[in-house]
Amino acid sequence: MPIFEQGEVKINVDEDGFMEEPDQWNEKVALALASTEGVDNLTENHWKVVNYLREYYQKYGIAPMIRKLCKETGFSLKEIYDMFPSGPAKGACKVAGLAKPTGCV
Amino acid sequence: MTMSKKHPKPEELVAIDYQPRRRDWMDPHVEFRKGTFNYSANPKSMEYLGLPFVRKWQPTEDDWKLPPNWKEIILNGLRERIDRFRSLRIFMDICVRCGACADKCHFYIGSGDPKNMPVLRAELLRSVYRKDFTTAGKILGKLAGGRELTIPVLKEWFYYFYQCTECRRCSVFCPYGIDTAEITIIGRELLNLVGIGIDWITTPAANCFRTGNHLGIQPHGFKDSVDFAADDLEDITGIKVNPSVNRKGAEVLFVVPSADYFGDPHYFGFLGYLALFHEIGLDYTFSAFASEGGNFGLFHSHEMMKRLNAKIYAEAKRLGVKYIIGGECGHMWRVLHQYMDTMNGPADFLEVPKSPVTGTVFENARSTKMIHIAEFTADLIKHRKLKLDPHRNDNHRITFHDSCNPARAMGLLEEPRYILKNVCNHFYEMPENTIREQTFCCGSGSGLGTDENLEMRLRGGFPRANAVRYVHENHGVNLLVCICAIDKATLPGLMDFWVPGVSVGGLHELVGNALVMKGEKERDNDFRGTPLPGKEEKVHV
Repeated sequence: MPIFEQGEVKINVDEDGFMEEPDQWNEKVALALASTEGVDNLTENHWKVVNYLREYYQKYGIAPMIRKLCKETGFSLKEIYDMFPSGPAKGACKVAGLAKPTGCV
Repeated sequence: MTMSKKHPKPEELVAIDYQPRRRDWMDPHVEFRKGTFNYSANPKSMEYLGLPFVRKWQPTEDDWKLPPNWKEIILNGLRERIDRFRSLRIFMDICVRCGACADKCHFYIGSGDPKNMPVLRAELLRSVYRKDFTTAGKILGKLAGGRELTIPVLKEWFYYFYQCTECRRCSVFCPYGIDTAEITIIGRELLNLVGIGIDWITTPAANCFRTGNHLGIQPHGFKDSVDFAADDLEDITGIKVNPSVNRKGAEVLFVVPSADYFGDPHYFGFLGYLALFHEIGLDYTFSAFASEGGNFGLFHSHEMMKRLNAKIYAEAKRLGVKYIIGGECGHMWRVLHQYMDTMNGPADFLEVPKSPVTGTVFENARSTKMIHIAEFTADLIKHRKLKLDPHRNDNHRITFHDSCNPARAMGLLEEPRYILKNVCNHFYEMPENTIREQTFCCGSGSGLGTDENLEMRLRGGFPRANAVRYVHENHGVNLLVCICAIDKATLPGLMDFWVPGVSVGGLHELVGNALVMKGEKERDNDFRGTPLPGKEEKVHV
């Protein structure tokens, strides 16, 4: 299993850099993972997305529907892509420490 | 599906060399280059499914940590399957290498790799069969086309059996009707016997077992998503719909691919289903247990397919419905049409599907008791039961991608077109050798839709994209409509790469846009929140 290390952060990740143990997530981890997604700085808007994903994940054990993420955070899908270039599932979810969605997505 | 940052450029991928390299085809060496293969199965998912030889390994590593008796396991597995599936033995024996299939495969067209000619891909397994299971091969070995099963051969199987999407286009052209998808299915099944599988198949299958669907959405999450969609639909139409989950005594169980209530653009078609069923007053329910139409088990083994498929009939029985309707899912329909009846049926406890609105009896589903939503909707339109305003889809110039399995596995060719012609005004067909039963695959089916496999997907999807490009350039087509969740996940990226300016949508998204609902408010936006034609000046959400 690959290990991702940056500064104080040392976590197990899968081949695409998604966290293997989402419970180990914290804000430092988010910043470190963001840097792998080409996001150098997490703005207030980034945190709004990340915090919503975390909140939903803790309740449902998975990421929300993309449409729900947009509606609840008030960002369009394009705005989310602008913030997280790999998109909501591959980019934002990775930063929020969620597992990679699999199947017909 | 997002594009990886390091993917190649179209002009690089389109420079395809069809001149085979000078080397013996029996040489099994393959190079596992990033972009052309899929990661191995996650041990946790393997354990969950009770699969053998759970371990960590990756295709790029020299040592795949095979069990010591791997060869015996594979050859015994092949022997069992030769005995069990008469079709397999025939397919192994009957091919005359005429080459009719050779240039029909999208992976061959897109890669120029001769081992992606279906005839040669099958030969990778056939050569081992010949060596160990035919008299000529046992005596003459290589002279009779026989090949020893070695670790490099096993690795070569892995490489090429995961460069086939089981789309069956080659089978349409085979004069003997050899179903190369079945050869790939067996090849993958044999590899799984020694713990060689890919994660994009194993983890969705494990999720489906654990929570009811490939995505791993739990029942309360499923309910939350369905409720959210109902609220969203109310915002758009002003109509409150009341979809139910796990409701006993409903007339119909409705099963959709889980991406329909998760992904984009799948979700807009989900809104279409909800609007349509509400409008006709259909008495239906979803199930949280059978909350997946797709069946990644089909891409793993017959056993896994059966295990996952069993949930649909089990839930139909538990809920006491009369029959089942299935949504816009691709390979689901191959399982439904070809296997379900004998694997998990007969569903004697169900009734032959009969539309409560038109009275039409779907005789074609007399045995399975399950119909495709496109059949159901086409019948409603045919009987003029829906009020449709096709002008609402006038922003779209549309072409239709026949998703491989509904087209080739169940012959669903006319219904989607009939619906499209009634819900939109601008519909254009791609060239005839790229549609209907000759349709080209999206290049990402059968569990290959991963980021790590992106280059092969773009290559495999090239023939489809090229045909879209034709209608894009000649007719201004800007929307590619399809009826498969894998298509909806992977065609957007394929279009961005090969044909920028073409979006991807679902059939029932357009039905929902065009559907004039009783008591609806003035509609300003389509399901995507884009202003309808003539409403552009209005402020929208």
